[in-house]
Amino acid sequence: MRKNNRFCFNSIAILLSLSVSAFLTGCASSDKGVNGQVIVYNWGEYIDPETIRMFEEETGIKVIYDEFETNESMYPKVESGAVAYDIACPSDYMISRMIDNGMLSEINYDNMPNAKNNIGAQYYEQSRGFDPENKYAIPYCWGTVGILYNKTLVDEPITRWAQLWDEKYADDILMQDSVRDAFMVAEKLNGDSMNTLDLTELTAAKDLLIKQKPLVQAYVVDQVRDKMIGGEAAIGVIYSGEAIYTQKENPDLVYVIPEEGTNVWIDSWVILKNAPNKENAEKFIDFMCRADIALMNFDYITYSTPNVAARELIEDESIKYSEIAFPDLSQYDNLETYVYLGEDGDSLYNELWKEVKAH
Amino acid sequence: MTSKKKWLSVPYLFWSGLFIIVPLGMILYYGLTDRTGAFTLENITAIASAGHAKALRLSLLLSLISTIICFLLAYPLAMILSQIQVKRHNFIILIFILPMWMNFLLRTLAWQTLLEKNGVINHVLTFLHLPALKIINTPAAIILGMVYNFLPFMILPLYNALSKIDINVINAAHDLGADHIYTFFRIILPLSIPGIISGITMVFIPALTTFVISSLLGGGKLLLIGDVIDLEFTKTSNWHLGSGLSMVLMIFILINMVLSAIFDKDGEGSML
Repeated sequence: MRKNNRFCFNSIAILLSLSVSAFLTGCASSDKGVNGQVIVYNWGEYIDPETIRMFEEETGIKVIYDEFETNESMYPKVESGAVAYDIACPSDYMISRMIDNGMLSEINYDNMPNAKNNIGAQYYEQSRGFDPENKYAIPYCWGTVGILYNKTLVDEPITRWAQLWDEKYADDILMQDSVRDAFMVAEKLNGDSMNTLDLTELTAAKDLLIKQKPLVQAYVVDQVRDKMIGGEAAIGVIYSGEAIYTQKENPDLVYVIPEEGTNVWIDSWVILKNAPNKENAEKFIDFMCRADIALMNFDYITYSTPNVAARELIEDESIKYSEIAFPDLSQYDNLETYVYLGEDGDSLYNELWKEVKAH
Repeated sequence: MTSKKKWLSVPYLFWSGLFIIVPLGMILYYGLTDRTGAFTLENITAIASAGHAKALRLSLLLSLISTIICFLLAYPLAMILSQIQVKRHNFIILIFILPMWMNFLLRTLAWQTLLEKNGVINHVLTFLHLPALKIINTPAAIILGMVYNFLPFMILPLYNALSKIDINVINAAHDLGADHIYTFFRIILPLSIPGIISGITMVFIPALTTFVISSLLGGGKLLLIGDVIDLEFTKTSNWHLGSGLSMVLMIFILINMVLSAIFDKDGEGSML
């Protein structure tokens, strides 16, 4: 769900991706591959660039690669059709919005044997929450949202969201600076659904977040990784894909899925309705589902892969059976996936989030 | 300007038409319509809602404080600069402009690293057994970032205005019996008003609209009006509300521009 731009922060990433995309579209017109091209729109730092090069070499199809920063910034760009993308890689709730608005094209699994065989059945199952008949989306990365804590800075194991409201951790807590992830924490703590539109439940969640605000050191997105590695804070809300990387850098960090339950997200490849290069798009996605390629991408971005064939190839046992990368979802009964709330629902959440941030 | 040379302005007119007038028109369009495209004033009246009004008040307060601090720091310096020899003042001005050669975002990010709990400054303080500094993620850090980033924009117009004052005017005041303080308040200060106004404009407006400084140094805990607009465009994709709030902000900028047009007839600000 989140890109993995290691040393940058949002604004620089935006500038870079803008210039990269300008550069790429600049070359594209004059430099088509022998077998045409495919235009891919993916999260920033969400692929091993080497795999793109290999695809171009093996197929003779030129890849024009463009990056986005949030689902919300991706959507209007695809909708406007300013660039005719073939493939995008949105998250669950955004895919359901795109399906609702007829922006996606149906997948033909006959042309994509790797997608059909290598992606675990449980992930297709999980996808039905937003793509009921598995007609549009092929899972690419997935993960959970959880707590990362530094065991040298706390005197007890952190296992619950509720501990993020403990005053002894004042100024030592990092929260996610995004409306759904922040509300998800409070809603799960209250025992509510993270997709609720009930005003009483939402107000309760908002009050809880306002109560927490004095204890929060900062609301961050990418920076949570560097701050946790540097020991700047004791506890942070983080995506599981980032957790593996941070632990490599700082062995004192522990990742847990909180007892109250949390969000499971899936980012998937989709082919857009008006894709000019549909056949090439199928080839590209299928290539990305090849076990060795999926493994390269997993090694590079460290986000959990739904590609069971790739997981089989992982040599490091501690990662292959990692509870962080591959938690057994059947163990938990309170995990949820975000669904699209509609425009009114979105604005309601945003209004409440602004009240929290302005408080 | 003679009519012959008017065509020279064509590239600029084209440029400003395409990249200033058209975008402004788009903001007007988005700001005055809702998602269905119907006319509405709601995006503008939304400024009165509790969260937005609070963000605006905080922005106004922080940028006012920063402007005052910039002015108090810059004025004495500009006076000294305008009185010393040309060779040396060029060097001092260079020192003030030098940081501007580096990207604004990187400089602000550097402040974050400096001020952090385990940051450079606190390491030094702990080493010297002094109490740690706790200003990161507070309004003080944002003001520091604003003053640091915008100070050169205050110094240069002030320096321009002050160095233009004819030394004979000051000498005449002294000859007529005015002491230094009286000369300052009756001669120097009034004559430097154009510089003061453009300096204030050039610090106050970027400080009022910033969202980078507050998100990097404020830890996302302090919501300025610039952050709200940023949020509407990038996170919640409500371009209508974002545009409406930008229009409210433009009113403050217009007031400031009218003031500078009245006082700054010589265009000191354009000397940059």
